[in-house]
Formats: sequence, structure tokens, C-alpha cells
Amino acid sequence: MAKTKSKKAGSKPSLKTISNSNPEPTLEEMKKLYEEMLLIRRFEEKAGQLYGMGLIGGFCHLYIGQEAVVTGIQSVQEEIDTVVTTYRDHAHMLAKGMTPEGVMAELTGREGGYSRGKGGSMHMFSQEKGFFGGHGIVGASTAIGTGLGFSHKYRDDGGVAVAYMGDGSANQGQVAECYNMAALWNLPILYVIENNKYGMGTSAARHAAGQLYARGQGYGIPGEQVDGMDVFAVQAAARQALDYIRTGNGPYILEVMTYRYRGHSMSDPANYRTKDEVELQKGNDPIIKLKAMMMEEHNVKEEDLKAIDKEIKARIKVAAEFAQESPELPPEDLWTDVLIEVE
Amino acid sequence: MTIQVLMPALSPTMTEGNLAKWVKKEGDTVESGDVIAEIETDKATMEVEAVDDGVMGKILIAEGTEGVSVNTPIAVLLEDGESAGDIDTLDELAKAGETGKPAVAHDETSYEQNEIAAQPAGAVVKNRDILYAQGAVIEPPVFDEAPFMASTETMTVRVALKNAMSEEMRSDDDIYMLGEEIAEYNGAYKVTEGMLNEFGARRVIDTPITEHGFAGLAVGSAMNGLKPIVEFMTFNFAMQAIDHIINSAAKTLYMAGGQLGCPIVFRGPNGAASRVGAQHSQCYASWYAHVPGLKVVSPWSAADAYGLMKAAIRDPNPIIFLENELMYGQSFEVPTDPDYVIPIGRAKIEREGSDVTIVAFSIMVGKAMEAAEKLAEQGIDAEVINLRTIRPLDRHTILESVKKTNRIVSCEEGFPFAGIGSEIAALIGEHAFDYLDAPLKRVTAADVPLPYAAGLEKLALPQAEQIIHAAKEVCYAD
Repeated sequence: MAKTKSKKAGSKPSLKTISNSNPEPTLEEMKKLYEEMLLIRRFEEKAGQLYGMGLIGGFCHLYIGQEAVVTGIQSVQEEIDTVVTTYRDHAHMLAKGMTPEGVMAELTGREGGYSRGKGGSMHMFSQEKGFFGGHGIVGASTAIGTGLGFSHKYRDDGGVAVAYMGDGSANQGQVAECYNMAALWNLPILYVIENNKYGMGTSAARHAAGQLYARGQGYGIPGEQVDGMDVFAVQAAARQALDYIRTGNGPYILEVMTYRYRGHSMSDPANYRTKDEVELQKGNDPIIKLKAMMMEEHNVKEEDLKAIDKEIKARIKVAAEFAQESPELPPEDLWTDVLIEVE
Repeated sequence: MTIQVLMPALSPTMTEGNLAKWVKKEGDTVESGDVIAEIETDKATMEVEAVDDGVMGKILIAEGTEGVSVNTPIAVLLEDGESAGDIDTLDELAKAGETGKPAVAHDETSYEQNEIAAQPAGAVVKNRDILYAQGAVIEPPVFDEAPFMASTETMTVRVALKNAMSEEMRSDDDIYMLGEEIAEYNGAYKVTEGMLNEFGARRVIDTPITEHGFAGLAVGSAMNGLKPIVEFMTFNFAMQAIDHIINSAAKTLYMAGGQLGCPIVFRGPNGAASRVGAQHSQCYASWYAHVPGLKVVSPWSAADAYGLMKAAIRDPNPIIFLENELMYGQSFEVPTDPDYVIPIGRAKIEREGSDVTIVAFSIMVGKAMEAAEKLAEQGIDAEVINLRTIRPLDRHTILESVKKTNRIVSCEEGFPFAGIGSEIAALIGEHAFDYLDAPLKRVTAADVPLPYAAGLEKLALPQAEQIIHAAKEVCYAD
């Protein structure tokens, strides 16, 4: 199995309660993670395709390259946990168990979408699945996630809020405000910084001073940097962090080093980086690496994996068809859902 | 020459206080910086320090005296070489005290109006919010206020707010409060006094001074089913949090296709206080009223405060609750029935009249009532409408009144451009153009950042005189 390359930020307070167990994954588990990551990739490729066909409008931020992050973290979460993220959100919903049909139909703006077509790519929610968006304002997911953590603590339900942000969001003032409150009130929150090295078109080297995982230090929040192109490294770090949080130690920061292969959004040609840089990163692809691992360590046959891919592609095809066939809301629905009717 | 010690003001809005305790007695030596007395207001207890050195010559106001006006001489300090015999003008000093009262004594106002004017009956309307959004003029929700007024007690706006919040919190554990200084300090304006004691630190939470962060936190908790009441120390500071109020709280229900709401109350003082300058004195009514997905209410009386706060907390939508610092200490009759819940979207006719309609909200209702009294002396019978809710505006009650009086003056403490008066002007233009006997007049703050200087501040803020002037203009009187 892959080695966890993690740097610890400063000294961590009371790590006694944390399990460091990182069991060797079984083939079963490997296959599950492989399928989940592949589902995200195929979904995003299809979304890109539908965008190109004019079936998806507005902004569309793809997650291709970052699949190991959300897959690894979600794989060690509990059912009661809540999740909130930024506008690069399709993968987080699929990982949380929302259907590809519902997400894709929201991308096409149809009635069958999670927000009935009123939210779009950046604004989807599922109270049932504990997914609270999908937020288009950079940094907002952090404060809302802190509120989710607050609600877990208020109700004493044992849940942890997982609040995702990008390396760009990490610079927002409200992130510092929330670190302070989360530490002060010992809230159960895992802050995940998905560092894909660019805040839109500005590289992290040009937009962020210091180390993002270490920004909780002043508040006494432990932070850790983890290889986000290795799903097992992410899983191990998340397991440890969630264990730390769930046993009452307060918030934790994981900076997950990852890379998006596509532009910031569909309309971004990504001229701020070289082709060589992208190709180099693709050589470190989390899905290809896991595939190789299964073949080497468990003698899994290429055709078995192809069969999985075929099945996933078929599933995505169904979702894409649903997303195109589902109708748009009728005109009278322009006016609904502004307020909850009281009378 | 002996030195007078005057009753100090503890805050820009304090006009009087109680002399709780004399720490120094007559004959005691006093050095500057010594605590000589303790005084208290309904907001706080403070120590009075000597500014000069000397000996306490005479105590003019006895310990335990209540309602001592700011600037009243409370003691006389003797300097070196002086004796009690030098204090030969005590009577005059006492007289000076009487005239030392400030011109406007806000906290003394007490309205004893149990009789209420005839109100529209209202109607049950399906899809009210949708019709409102489409610009329809619909009857307000049904509410008969008169029976509630049969049993009332006198209380301040401050206490009415606290009672409403406390009663709701007792019956629903999902409700909690957070804000700056609301718990251990008992509230910057004492609205939440004693609530930490009753509900504990789990439900009454002091925040750091980070409005953006704690507003976002509260919104997140509301999305997961809690019902936060967020106090902004003043709405000026909510500017730091306005992104979460609008982008996160107001828009989520729509963006989620109706699946996920945000039951939350954002409350605090709005508008000008007294001599606190431009950054601490602004009316945000029209800012929030602009946004679909929010409801905006603004009480005037203690009854308004109580009944609207209950409605706001019980409402499943995000509510902006605009209070006014100068109103906190004013007393009114408040129904004793805990189910006195004023429907959001319903105005109240505070005074019936036939000659001109005066529309106002928050502190301006009091000024409109004052103007109406003076207009009556001049033979003009004004009808005063207390909006209570800014959004959804009770268009029906305003229009019915204008159809009767054919003249209208709108009053607000906000700026004129794109203000609430502009919206009322549009409403009248669209729906009552043919009923008007004179163009509408707007009474607003001057279109400048609020000045600090006392004289300029008074000029910048709308006063009863301007309402009287505007009402006479639309009546072509003079």
C-alpha cells in the first residue's frame, strides 16, 4: 500500500485518544474506492461533454484529478456526519450518496435535479443525505460548515461536520474567524483544504503565504498536509482526524495536496500553467495508481476492471439521458420557494 | 469658588439615572480619580470618579434618589481653604439642576393607549407570498388586536423583547441566541439581561467580534434545523455579515428548490442613536427590504416588539428585525396574553384620521403621532399608519387609507434615495394615482452621512416639525 506522506503541524494537543490503525485495504475495499473515484471521473467527463453541447449553462467546475480527496474522506465518515463544500461540488454529492441522475439533471436545469433546476451546478443540497451545498461564494462553506459542527455539538448527536474549501478560500477572512470560534467552542469540524495549487488562475505560490495546514496553529487547531493523489493516504489521515474530532478534541485541519486537470471552470483555457505541468500531474493519477495496485497486488485482470468501467459508463449514460429528458419547471414555478408559506 | 459635581451621562442616549450610593461622605477628602458615588441606569451601574481634588462639602442629591437628570448638580466639592460656609447658593444650585434637564427626555415617554383605532379585518389568502412577489395588493393577514388590549401591563421595549424571546426559548430547545456581549455582559443595551442565567451558556452565547463568521455559523446551524436568534450589537456591524444574510440565508430555499430553509432571526438596533457619528447611525430598512427571501420587520412600541418578535421566531424564514436604541427605554402597554403574535405583513393604524395619511415605522411612528397631535390643534386630522412590517409591505392598508384621505406623507430615518418612501411613492403612483389630491411628500434623513455635531445631527434627522410641515403642504394648508 502507498505510504502516507504527512507532515505534522507543530505539536498536537492530546493525541492519546487517536487510533493510528491504518489497516491494509482488502481487495473489496480497493474495488469500492476505485468504483467511487471512477464514478466521479466519468460523471465529470460527461458533464464536460454536455456543457460542450450547450446542455449545461453558466459555470461548471469539474473535479477531474481530485477524486481521491472526497472519496478517501467520505469512506471513513459516519452516516450522521454533515458535509458542505464550495462550487466544485458534484463529486461531494456523489460521494455522499446522492444520485448521478439528480445531480446531472440539476446541471441541465431540469425538474429532476436536486434543486428542481433552480440552483444549478454550484447550488445543490440534500438534507436527507446530510449535504448542505454547494456554495458559490468563496469562503462561505467554511462558516456554514462551522454552523453544522455547532449544531452537532448543540444536539450532542455524535456527528462531525466536514467543511471543504479550496486553497483560494483559505485566504478569506471568515475562515480565520471560524477557526477561532471552532477552537474556542471545541466544535466537531474537519476543515478540508483541497489545495489544487490554483485559486482560479493564481497559483498558490502567488496567493498564499506560509503553509495552509499550519494556519490553525495560533488557535491550537492541529493541521496536517496529506498527498491527495493517493486515496489511501487521504483515508488514513481522515480516519485519524475524524477520530480525534469525534472523541471531543475539537476541530482539525487537513490540507490535501491535489490537482485539477481541467481549467477552473469550463470557460477557463488554463493558460497560466504549462501542458508539461498537467501531464506530469496526470502521471500521478489516483485512479490509475489504484488500478495498478489492484493488478499487481491482487492479480486483478485488466478485463475485470474494464467491466467496472463499462458498468459505470452505462450508469452515467442513464443519468445523462435522464438529465436531458427531465422537463424544465413550468413558468409558475418561477414564483415558488422564495419563502415558506406561513398562513 | 466651590466645585459642582454634576450627574454624568454614561452613554450618548442616557438622560437620567439613579443615584445608587455615595461612596464618599460629607467631610471626606477626595482626590481626582477617587470613586465618589455609584449611579445606575436601566442599562448599567457605573462609578463616578472625582475630576478635582478637595473635600466633600455638601451632598445635594440623597442616596437612593431615582430619575436624576444628567447635568444636575449632585454634590459640592470644597477646594483648599474653603469651608461649608462658602456654599451659600444651594437653593440656586438646586434650581440650576431643574433647568439642567436635556431638551429631549426619551426615556420619560410613556404611551397609555389601550384604545385602538379601527383596523382592516384582513383575509386568509392562499399563496400570499407569491401574490405579494407578483406585486398584488392583498388584504393583510387576519388579526384582531382589540381583545388582546383588554389585559395589558406597562413595560419597556427592552423588556418586551426579552420576554418574547425568553418565552419562545422556554418552549423550544432548538432556539438559541448568539452575539457580542449578550451573555455575561447582559447585552450591550441590556435587551438580553438575565437570559444567560435562565438558559445557560449552551443557549445564550457570547461571540468574538466577528460578525461575518458568526452570522455564517448561525446560518449553517439553521440549515441543519436549529433556530438561531443572532444579535448584532447594531445593524451597522451587520454590514460585515451581509453576504451570509443575503447569499446564504435569503437565497438558499430558492436555490434548493424549496428543500432546505433557514429559520433565523437577525436582530439589533437600527438607525441613528445619538451623537455616535456616521458609521454607527444608519437605517438599513431599504437595504434588506430589497431582497427576496427575507422578511423585514421594525417595531415601534413595546407591544409591537413583543408581538413581532414572537412572530419572527416562529416564522420558518429568515427575518431581519430592526429595533431602535432610543426606543429601548420607552414604556408602552403590552398584552399579557403570551399568544399575542402580530402577523408579519400587517400594518397598524395607530390613529384614525380623514385629512392626510402619515406612514411611518420604528421611532418615526412616535414622531408621526406627535406631529398628528399638533396638526389636530391646527385643524388637520391625520391618520398615522405604523407599518410594523417593511417586507412584505401591507400595501392594502396604505392604499385604503390614501383612498380615504387623498393625501400622504411617508416618514423614515433612512436616506431618501431608493428608500422606503420611494417604494411607497411607487405604490401610490401605481395604485392610487387617481385618488391623490396632492403629490406625495417624503420625510427622510438628509442625504448625507450623519454628522457628529449636535446641531447638524438634529438637522440631518427627520423631526416631527418636518412631518407637520409636509402634512400641511400636501393639505395645501398655511
